Amino acid sequence: MNEILNFLIENEILIYLLLFTILLGFEVISKVPSVLHTPLMSGANAISGIVILGAIILIRTTEPDNYITLILASMALFVGSINVSGGFFVTNRMLEMFNKKKKS
Amino acid sequence: MEKVLFLISAFLLVWGLRLQSDPASASKGNKLASIGMLLAIFSAIIMPLKNSNSNLIWVIVPLSLSSVIGYLIAKKIKMTSIPQMVSIFNGLGGLSAVLLSFAEISKWIAFPDSYDISVVIVLISSLFIGSVAFTGSLLAFAKLDGYRWSEKLTLPFQHIVNIIFLSLIVVSSYLFVGNPDTSYLYLIVILSFIYGIFFVAPIGGADMPVVISLLNSFTGITAALTGIIFGNIVMLLGGILVGAAGTILTILMCNAMNRSLLNVIIGGFSSSGSSKESKEQGDIKEVSDSDFAVQLFYSSKVIIIPGYGLAVAQAQKLCKEIQETLEANDVEVKYAIHPVAGRMPGHMNVLLAEADVDYSKLIELEQANEEFKSTDVAVIIGANDVVNPDAIDDSSSPLYGMPILKVWESTSTVVLKRSMSAGYAGVQNPLFFKKNNQMYFGDAKESLQRLSSELKNL
Repeated sequence: MNEILNFLIENEILIYLLLFTILLGFEVISKVPSVLHTPLMSGANAISGIVILGAIILIRTTEPDNYITLILASMALFVGSINVSGGFFVTNRMLEMFNKKKKS
Repeated sequence: MEKVLFLISAFLLVWGLRLQSDPASASKGNKLASIGMLLAIFSAIIMPLKNSNSNLIWVIVPLSLSSVIGYLIAKKIKMTSIPQMVSIFNGLGGLSAVLLSFAEISKWIAFPDSYDISVVIVLISSLFIGSVAFTGSLLAFAKLDGYRWSEKLTLPFQHIVNIIFLSLIVVSSYLFVGNPDTSYLYLIVILSFIYGIFFVAPIGGADMPVVISLLNSFTGITAALTGIIFGNIVMLLGGILVGAAGTILTILMCNAMNRSLLNVIIGGFSSSGSSKESKEQGDIKEVSDSDFAVQLFYSSKVIIIPGYGLAVAQAQKLCKEIQETLEANDVEVKYAIHPVAGRMPGHMNVLLAEADVDYSKLIELEQANEEFKSTDVAVIIGANDVVNPDAIDDSSSPLYGMPILKVWESTSTVVLKRSMSAGYAGVQNPLFFKKNNQMYFGDAKESLQRLSSELKNL
């Protein structure tokens, strides 16, 4: 229990940030019209791939002969960045179609 | 340097997401967010680290390979398959979090002196949520893609089984924290994988978008949790942003279907429905090609209600063609878009946009329901549940309470459908037996082709 409390105190700023970001996320999305739900979902999904930053940092701090960690982390990087690039590109494709029509 | 870059990328992610909630700026928002992501990745590669090793090859190869793969998938995918694709991508995001937490925990175990319980707890949570998001998304994909087996995975007493699994996961996590042995770790992963399947199994195919959005927010939360461990603010921020946005989106979608999230998760749709086939049905009337064409031709106002059937038949462009023929003869044509038309909210708008249908022709639920009274013909193409009067009339129907399009208030309705089979929710539609309704059977694309040539001959 004490350890958890210490963890909270040590990461005080992070936890404040956590709270405000949750509110921010709610606020940013709450007014979105249903037309945009599909593109938004795939766009948000692409952002969730940000987990690959962890994989990059892990790879860079692992000893070059620790193959198990290296393989695990680069697999994480591999599947995660399919999520990122595919997500952004497909969202872009969808939104471009909305745009094209508005200009014509 | 990299701190400044991280700061900029965090700002771009937030601002990009903000812009994405308005149709006019959404495209720009997505570009900003992707630039933000690119910056974050770049900074993570160049940032100075303690005990840094140059394992750059391990970073660059998977990164560039999968970026190309992602790009190709995004380019090739049919717009009708977007929901399936999002669920697959989300599953990959979840898997990424699982692999990462697993690798990180194994690293911690190897150095017992730096072992920190709170870090391990956070990592196990990330492992658990990521696993659920992974297998859950895969099952959601199978359900969306219409694999039969995926609808029949539910065990008897599923909800009790789920609770048992959840407790098993908690117990094995507790054991692992007390005694860091990798076999417990495998156990946690396997149990969580199975739990992910169980979590999605009882939920009906029609509710999958809600589930995907929920699983998407799960992936966001795992990203945030791992962000805490790596002390990376952008990860924390991006993850939480997606977690919160996904949650709100889930709730908005539930509202559009007039269901509560709890109701969706427990699985209201899939369980009932088959019991009511005995209801008296009456006669249906079929309409011939020429009658249908004449009827449309001499109307002053036509509203088209597109559904998933239109999308799978790839008939959006024909629809637009008919719209143009009619408009050339002073018939007012509009499209009524139900919030959950297609496979997920907004999906139909994307599909019609692909066919170049003018934005101003699309009307939403409330407006459409006001306009049906002054409409001559309402043409329902491949939609079913969203025009089912049972949602208003029959309190025992699984659709009861869902806001629907009151098409029967128009002078007449024509339903284009392949057969008399039930819709996605598995219930028969009394609309088909109404006096002012006519049926026009066939695949949406062929039907519209016949109709289009009939119209041009008039």
